Order: sequence, then structure tokens, then C-alpha cells
Amino acid sequence: MARVLLFGRLADQAGWRDRGFEATSLAVLRGLIANDDPDLGEALSGPGVQVAVDKALVRGEATLDDATEVAFLPPMSGG
Amino acid sequence: MITLTSEPFEPGALLTDFCAGREETGAVASFVGIARAEKGQAAALELEAYPGFTDTAIGDFAEAAKARFGLHDYRIVHRTGRIAPGEAIVFVAAAAGHRREAFEACDFLMDWLKSRAPFWKKEHGPDGARWIEPTDRDRTDAQRWDQES
Repeated sequence: MARVLLFGRLADQAGWRDRGFEATSLAVLRGLIANDDPDLGEALSGPGVQVAVDKALVRGEATLDDATEVAFLPPMSGG
Repeated sequence: MITLTSEPFEPGALLTDFCAGREETGAVASFVGIARAEKGQAAALELEAYPGFTDTAIGDFAEAAKARFGLHDYRIVHRTGRIAPGEAIVFVAAAAGHRREAFEACDFLMDWLKSRAPFWKKEHGPDGARWIEPTDRDRTDAQRWDQES
């Protein structure tokens, strides 16, 4: 089960910030989320949204194992 | 050392601790960022961090600053969560052999923290809450160092 974390406006939009999904890859995960909430699915692929797998930024596709943490990061504001 | 904290902190105490026992340092420069009330427009600021990601990113950048300016040491404390006007948001201190390096390292660290550090900022005001992105000024301040390097 991959643990999915949402930050900033993405968490507000989704109404959750931490959820588990059974997904073997990032693509499968995006599909599951979009199926559940199409607007959120679109927002996760929106401009400036970065993805971190186990706290490291990834570009494109990634395989997910059990206990993998996937974070969707909207544009960062600075402190 | 880098600390993220959801509790208010006292900048003076941090500076006293940071300066203690430095016989060879010569210069410590520090900066404190404080939440503004914006004449009643900002009831509170809310800062979200990603623990384990945000602090690592700040640590990596601080190590780069240490190498660039030849710092002896640095201390960064950053608030997260809900911050009331008048409370400190960030404390940065840099220790170096001479003042120029200490001043510049503080400036460099703050420009990056304000524009590129992985935080998500929400402002709570009389008309509700809104997410904030870096201002043009924050971006151009940070770019000064890109051009110089």
C-alpha cells in the first residue's frame, strides 16, 4: 500500500492529505486518484506540481512498492 | 543546525546560544523574519512543511552556503503551522571569520528561504484564506545570486 501525501492547495481541494492506495506505479496511482476524483486527478498533473517518491523528487514514471511514500507538491511558496 | 518548529521561539535566546564559545569566529550576523499584520489584512499566516523533505532541502542549501562563504557554522530555525502577527517566522545566523561573509551568507540564505524553500503558505484575512506564491521581488532577490555565481 503506497501512502499518498498532498500539500498546500492540493490537500484543500481533495479534502484529505494522507491516504493509502494499492498501486504498483505512479501511473496506476494517478489513474486510481483520477477515477475517484477527476478534478483532483487533473490538478495533480497541473503546471508546477512536482512529485516526490520517498522524499526524493522524481520526473515522469516511478515504480511503487509497499510502504512507498508519494507526495504531490504544488508550487512552493518559500517561507 | 536546522530546526522546524510549530511552537513560537525566542530569537534572542537562539542568538545568545549561537554566539557562545566562539573564540575564533570574529563575526556573527543574524536575521529575524516576523509575521506582519498588514494593517489588519492578515489575521494569521499558516506555513506547511513536508517533514523530512523540507528540512533536508534547507540543510543541503545551508551546506552550499557554508562552502560558498567559508562559514564556520550556521543556525536556521523556521516556524510551521499557524503564526500570529508579531511572532518570529524565521531565524538565521551565520558565523564567519569576518563580517562580510557573515552578512552575505545571511542575505543569501534568506533570499532562498523566502522564494525557493519547500513551504506552502496560506494567509488568513478578513475575507477568508488564500494560498500565496513568491512575489516577483522574492524571485528577483533570489536571482541576484544566480548571476553572481
